Amino acid sequence: MTDRIADLHGVRTPHPRATVWPARVDQYLDDGLGEGDVDRWVQSACLLCSNGCGCDIAVKDGRMVGVRGRAGDVVNHGRLGPKGLYGSTPWASSPDRVTRPLVREDGRLVETDWETAMARVVERSRSSLEERGPLTHGFYTSGQLFLEEYYLQAVIGKAGIGTPHMDGDTRLCTATSAAAFKESFGADGQPGSYTDIEHCDAIFLYGHNMAETQTVLWARVLDRTRADDPPRVVCVDPRRTLVAQEAERTGGVHLRPRVGTNLALMNGLTRELFANGWVDEAWVDAHTLGRDELEETVAAYTPEHVAEICGVPADDLRRAARIFGESQAVLSTVLQGFYQSHQATAASVAVHNLHLLRGMIGRPGAGVLQMNGQPTAQNNRECGADGDLTGFRNWDNPAHVRELADAWNVDPMTIPHWSPPTHAMQIFSYAASGSIDFLWISATNPAVSMPESARIRNILSSDDCFVVVQDLFLTETAELADVVLPAAGWGEKTGCFTNVNRTVHLSEKAVDPPGEARSDYEIFLMYADLMGFTDKDGAPLVRWRRPEEAFESFCSVTRGRPIDYTGLSYEKLRGPTGIPWPVNEAHPEGTDRLYADGVFPTDTEVCETFGHDLVTGAVVTEQEHRAMRPDGRAFLKGAPYSPPHEEPSDDFPMLFTTGRTVFQFHTRTKTGRSSSLDDAAPDAWAEISPVDAERLGIDEGDWVHVTSPRGGIEVRARVGQVIEGAVFAPFHYGRWDPRGVADAEHRLANELTMTVWDPVSKQPYFKTAACRVTRLRGGDGPAPAPTTTASPATDLAPTVGGAETSSRVLDVTPAYPLDPAGGS
Amino acid sequence: MSHLATYVGLADHSEQTLASALRSVAEGHAEEADVFHTCHLLAGWSEEHRRRLAPVVERYGEEDVEEPERLHHDGLAQVRSGPVGLLRDLQELYVLGAMVETTWTVVIQGAQGLRDTDLLEVATSCSTQTARQLSWFNTRMKVAAPQALIVAR
Ligand code: SF4
Repeated sequence: MTDRIADLHGVRTPHPRATVWPARVDQYLDDGLGEGDVDRWVQSACLLCSNGCGCDIAVKDGRMVGVRGRAGDVVNHGRLGPKGLYGSTPWASSPDRVTRPLVREDGRLVETDWETAMARVVERSRSSLEERGPLTHGFYTSGQLFLEEYYLQAVIGKAGIGTPHMDGDTRLCTATSAAAFKESFGADGQPGSYTDIEHCDAIFLYGHNMAETQTVLWARVLDRTRADDPPRVVCVDPRRTLVAQEAERTGGVHLRPRVGTNLALMNGLTRELFANGWVDEAWVDAHTLGRDELEETVAAYTPEHVAEICGVPADDLRRAARIFGESQAVLSTVLQGFYQSHQATAASVAVHNLHLLRGMIGRPGAGVLQMNGQPTAQNNRECGADGDLTGFRNWDNPAHVRELADAWNVDPMTIPHWSPPTHAMQIFSYAASGSIDFLWISATNPAVSMPESARIRNILSSDDCFVVVQDLFLTETAELADVVLPAAGWGEKTGCFTNVNRTVHLSEKAVDPPGEARSDYEIFLMYADLMGFTDKDGAPLVRWRRPEEAFESFCSVTRGRPIDYTGLSYEKLRGPTGIPWPVNEAHPEGTDRLYADGVFPTDTEVCETFGHDLVTGAVVTEQEHRAMRPDGRAFLKGAPYSPPHEEPSDDFPMLFTTGRTVFQFHTRTKTGRSSSLDDAAPDAWAEISPVDAERLGIDEGDWVHVTSPRGGIEVRARVGQVIEGAVFAPFHYGRWDPRGVADAEHRLANELTMTVWDPVSKQPYFKTAACRVTRLRGGDGPAPAPTTTASPATDLAPTVGGAETSSRVLDVTPAYPLDPAGGS
Repeated sequence: MSHLATYVGLADHSEQTLASALRSVAEGHAEEADVFHTCHLLAGWSEEHRRRLAPVVERYGEEDVEEPERLHHDGLAQVRSGPVGLLRDLQELYVLGAMVETTWTVVIQGAQGLRDTDLLEVATSCSTQTARQLSWFNTRMKVAAPQALIVAR
């Protein structure tokens, strides 16, 4: 029996390069229950991070009582991590679920029935549309809904109302991943596969603390690095994470750039490839565009110059570049350390550049994983509820718009496509200025998760904007809404979702939602019916009822696009494993990796975007794109480094940066309601370096005040291993607390962050703000930060105490259909 | 030679005008975070162009413009406010930028005729950056227009 709080990644199953990752089945059941007590197991996949582990939900007496990994699933080979094990089900039966609709009366939210609540929504929506038209409507969705729900939302928003103001909180987590793919390869879509882990000889993790963000994937990496022929790990992170330790252990390098200087570092690595002749010139010549301009852009970034900007020793940079330049198959992974930081898209695109220059794409082991922060962020991008055009279409290409208009039988003019879709930060800014006065928020908590929280609270609580929130709980955001709609969650509804790795899973309904809660799908359908949206011929715009019909409609609109779902159906997804798209006649069992032929979707007629200026975000026009004649070649794009928007000053001498802790997910809506997880990371903290602690007279566990020009938090200090001059705080903690701790009002990391975003991906920067730290008073023990992850303090007892789970290594590894190493 | 000096002077002046207009728009529309930051960034480009041009100005001198100046471009004396104001300000930045860009075009031609490789290098790279400034003005205007024209309060 295993405490998976103490043992995050579980038992090792090391294996040699190019062999299949062994299977291990992890399971958790509520206290006192044995396997024999379970009434039935229902097929699903974990919804607590972007890894997308296949799992079954245990049901007893109409309740979800646990989970177990699916041994045959290509994503996880049966494993689950601590969040999936402990956090998947307890929230569902939490007594504080919202079970009836609420409406605001005299300033207070009061319970009501669905008719009354929906009547208010529809009345306000209608009057706004009649008075000032579709541009008054904004939709802000999630990275946690199902594909069918995003697709329905996209159809309602684009073809029903006709508003370009649709986005998701995926903007805060994944936008740069999508943007970087589009800039380099012409369209969104993860080129590589998790199977690259088994085939690479080096792994580069850029701003990606995989050991905490995707624990099961990290277990997969550890099973390679702990084997006899390990790949070398290179870690780019200002904190000395478990990943950084593994980099040192495998003879790789830990690069610790100053916060906000990633692009300078990337330019340095790129220059080294050119300077040392590590470029595969023949491949570059045949498959890319822009080589010479890139070389010119990075020419000034000598290791010494980079050392000055980033604080990374020149020899470390050289060493990392040599590992990249001399390896045969490198896997690169990228996450928030790049996406939420300064010059996000340019830095992420630079990772592609390194791969393209070495011809390392499209074959096993040579992959790029631009990660997602949220579990179904990928679907939001695919369906277009984040503003993109459904099926990776180009808003700037009239033929693409027409395809959608034909599919939905509406006039192409209805579908907004006159400029790029409105991004989340702009949606909130329109709401602030009053031009959006109807804002519908589903399954997300911007009052906690968006930058500059005080500003967001003002917008949400203003009388000018009518706010609808649908969620599982009365979150900090729901409390400010005019109407709150109780939603069904994972396991309480049926739908599909796709992980970061393109693998589509079907998640079946296991139990009924509590009270009067309804699925987001049913809620949007109800709205569409009541509003009476029609197509060109006056027939109802949304004719489907069951989620399965929405899925079929979506599959059919992906035909001919790089993302092709036409070979998928619910029936097909009821097999042993999730299936990565494209799935069609040519690839009936799915596709492990894209671009194996070195041909990219960059053709002017095909591409999802004509591209952007990486520095300003100005769009490249169709004529400019056509003139470049990309014709299937990938773009090498570079940009010079520029300093971050807010640099330390006398008043705010330190750099503030935020991030995740392994035991919580987002604003703790689900994980905070699991006692194993919440006990492990019960409260916020601020991590500072020993040198800064000494200078400021701060001991482990002391209460400190961290302030930026926008606001502050009061939390306990972890004297940890963050880089000198920087302060790290976890971003999950808002005012809500499962046990009502006294300090909950003053721990929201986003009080400090800035309203500023990347020019191309429009992803806000959470990692570059200046701050000041002062000691308030002594604490009564160590900071509430877990000690087994990225905030270690050497002399503290390790974090333990998770409920019992079981873990069983299989003697026979199942066959994984697309795995280049095969299977049993 | 004196006419090239006129245009070198014009490039210098118009970049200066554009830079200060960009700084005013940045401050005047600071509530639009991207406008604030991007305009300051682009102002930096224009200022850099002037620095690069300085040795050339030194060499050729800065002649007074003899042609009467019909299109007055004193920059943006005053920034407007609100969404439509932003639109108008971006539009004027575009006009100022176009003035800069066409000036560089003329200077490039002169530099080519004189085989002045230093000037050609400066003017070509500045002109390329000015084109990127124009693209951004255009992109940002397109984004702002529908909302400003139709629903702004
Ligand atoms: S790694 Fe992610 S998807 Fe897998 S079990 Fe953990 S939280 Fe769930």
